[in-house]
Amino acid sequence: MELICPAGTPAAYREAADAGADAIYCGFRNDTNARNFPGLNFSTPELVEAVAYGRARGVGTYVALNTFMRAGDEDLWYRAAGDAVAAGAEALIVADMALMAHVAERYPEQRLHVSVQASASNVDAINFLVSSFGARRLVLPRVLTIPEIAAIARNVNCELEVFAFGGLCVMAEGRCSLSSYVTGQSPNMHGVCSPASHVRYREDGEDMVSELAGFTINRFGPGEPAGYPTLCKGRFHIAEDDGYAFEDPVSLDVMNHIEALADAGVTALKIEGRQRGKAYVAEVVRRLKDALNSAPADRAQHVEGLRLLSEGQRTTTGAYEKKWR
Amino acid sequence: MNEQALRITMGPVPYLWEGTKWRDFYFGVADSPVVDAVTLGEVVCSKREHFIRPFLDEVIERLEAAGKEVALATLALVTLERERQLTRQVTQSERLVEANDLAALAMLAGRPHHIGPFVNVYNGPTAELLARQGARRICLGAELPAQSIARITAAAPAIDYELVAFGRLPLAISARCAHARAKGHTKDNCQFVCGEDPDGLDVDTLDEQAFLTINGVQTMSRHCQALIGDLDTLARIGITHIRLSPQDCDMLAVAGVFAGVRDGRLGGAEGTDMLRAIYPAAALSNGFIHGAPGMDWVAA
Repeated sequence: MELICPAGTPAAYREAADAGADAIYCGFRNDTNARNFPGLNFSTPELVEAVAYGRARGVGTYVALNTFMRAGDEDLWYRAAGDAVAAGAEALIVADMALMAHVAERYPEQRLHVSVQASASNVDAINFLVSSFGARRLVLPRVLTIPEIAAIARNVNCELEVFAFGGLCVMAEGRCSLSSYVTGQSPNMHGVCSPASHVRYREDGEDMVSELAGFTINRFGPGEPAGYPTLCKGRFHIAEDDGYAFEDPVSLDVMNHIEALADAGVTALKIEGRQRGKAYVAEVVRRLKDALNSAPADRAQHVEGLRLLSEGQRTTTGAYEKKWR
Repeated sequence: MNEQALRITMGPVPYLWEGTKWRDFYFGVADSPVVDAVTLGEVVCSKREHFIRPFLDEVIERLEAAGKEVALATLALVTLERERQLTRQVTQSERLVEANDLAALAMLAGRPHHIGPFVNVYNGPTAELLARQGARRICLGAELPAQSIARITAAAPAIDYELVAFGRLPLAISARCAHARAKGHTKDNCQFVCGEDPDGLDVDTLDEQAFLTINGVQTMSRHCQALIGDLDTLARIGITHIRLSPQDCDMLAVAGVFAGVRDGRLGGAEGTDMLRAIYPAAALSNGFIHGAPGMDWVAA
C-alpha cells in the first residue's frame, strides 16, 4: 500500500520525501486548503520546487484543494487548481463538486482525488463522483468499519485511501459546523477547526482551564497535561456526568490492521498532520514505512515508539472497529 | 427570481418521537392554514425508521388531502447496506424526494427533486450543477452567511431556495452515537435511549455554560435558530421557502408567528418575544446569516 504523508512546510516535505513517503500532500497558503493555519503551507514557487524535489526521488505530490469554494470568490479555487496543475502535481484532492467539475472539464488528464471532506461514505455516492467527474481515487470518511470498507471496495471502480494515523475527526468530515457555531470559522468555509485565535488557557485555583471563544472545553487537574481545546474532544457535563461526551483526547492508529486494510482493497494509507513539525513528520513516516515493509509479527516494535508522539499518548482504531460506535 | 411571499415549510422531526406523537404532530400540521409544504422522514438514524414507518402513509395522505406539498427526506449519513436500501426505497417513491446524502443525489439525478441541508452547497456553480441534474429546491446548509446565499441564488435563479428559519441547527453527524454513549450504551445496542429526550440531550460545559445538544448520532445547536427578524433579508437574498424544524414545543404557534411577521401583522420584535414564550427551553440565535458565530444573536 502507498503511504501518503503530510507536509505543512517545504522543510517537512523534504523530510517526508527523504524518510520514504510514497506521496506527499500539501496545500496553498490560503483559504483553498483545510489546514489554513498561520505559518503553514506553500506558495506557488514553493510547490513547484517541492514537486521537483519529490519527482527526483520518485515521490508524488498531491495538492489539497479541500475547502468549499466561497460564493463569488470561486476564482481563488480555480486559480489554485490551475497553479497546481501547472506545477506538475500528480493529483488534486478536491471536496467541492463544482471544483471537481471544473478540474474534470479544464484538465481532463489531471488525476483527481475526492477529498474526505466530500463526505462520500457509500458505493452509490462514490460511483456518482467517479462517473460524474472521473475521480480516480477517493479518501474515505472515518465512519466505516474495515468490513464495510471491503464491501465498498468490491463495488467501486476507483482507488480508496484511508486515514491510518494521526488526528481523528469524530464527526463525519465535511459535515461539521461545530467550529463555526462557536467561533464563526469552520473547516468547510475557512479551512480551520477550533482556531487558535479563539483559544485561551486560564488558571482557576489548581486547575488549568482551556477555552474556545469563552466556552470551557476542558479543565485539567494538577499534573494532568493540558491538551488543545478541539471542541469535539472536550470534557462536558452531560446526563448528570462529567466526561468526554464525543471522544477522548486520542489519536488514530490502525497500523495493527494493515493486512485487513490491504485485504479490504485499500490502495493508500494516509497520515494526518500537516500542522505537525518536520521532526514529527519524519519520525512518523520512517517508522510507518518500516512497519509496512516488515513482517506482521515485527510490526509492533516499529509502531510502539510512535504512540508516545500521539496526542494524549493514547490511540484508538476509531470507526474501523465496530465497538467504537 | 421568485417574487412570491416566503412560503412556510415544516421540516422533518429530527428527534425520536413515539410513532403516535409523530403522527399526531403532522396531522396538526395538515390542519394548519399557514404551512405550505412539508418535508418528512427519518433523517438522523436508520435505526429509528421503524418508529414512523407504520404511520407514514396515513400522514402523507392527510397532508396531501389538506393541499400541502409533501417531500420525503432521505438519511443524512449513509454507510450500511441497510441504509443504502432505505435510501433507494425512499428515492423510488413517486413523490418529491429531498436528497440529504450524495447516494440519494445519485439515485435522483435526472428527475425533479429537492436538495436537503446535509448536501454541501457553498457556491453558485454547485447550485447550477445540481439544478442541471434536476434539483428544483435547495435547502441550504446552516453556516452560510447572507452574502454567500445571495450569490448562490443569483447564480442559479431558476430554482427555489430554502433555509432553516426556526429550530435547533444540525451541526454535525457521526458514526458514533454520543447519545447512547452518554447513557452507558453503544450504538449497536442503544435501546433507543434517544427517545427519552424528545427535544434532545443538553451538553453543558464544565462551567455550566449551555453549549450543545445531542440527538442520537447528530450534534445540534443548543440555541434555537430564529430568523424571525430577518425575513425581509431572506426574501431579498433569494430565499423562497423558510423551514421550521420541529422542536418539542407548539410548532403550529411558531408557524403562526412566522406567518404573522411575514404578512406584516406582527413586528419582528413582537414575533421574537412570542417565539421566546412559545419555546422557552432554548435561547434564540441568528448569527450564521450575519456572518457571526452561529450561536450569536444579532439584533435587527
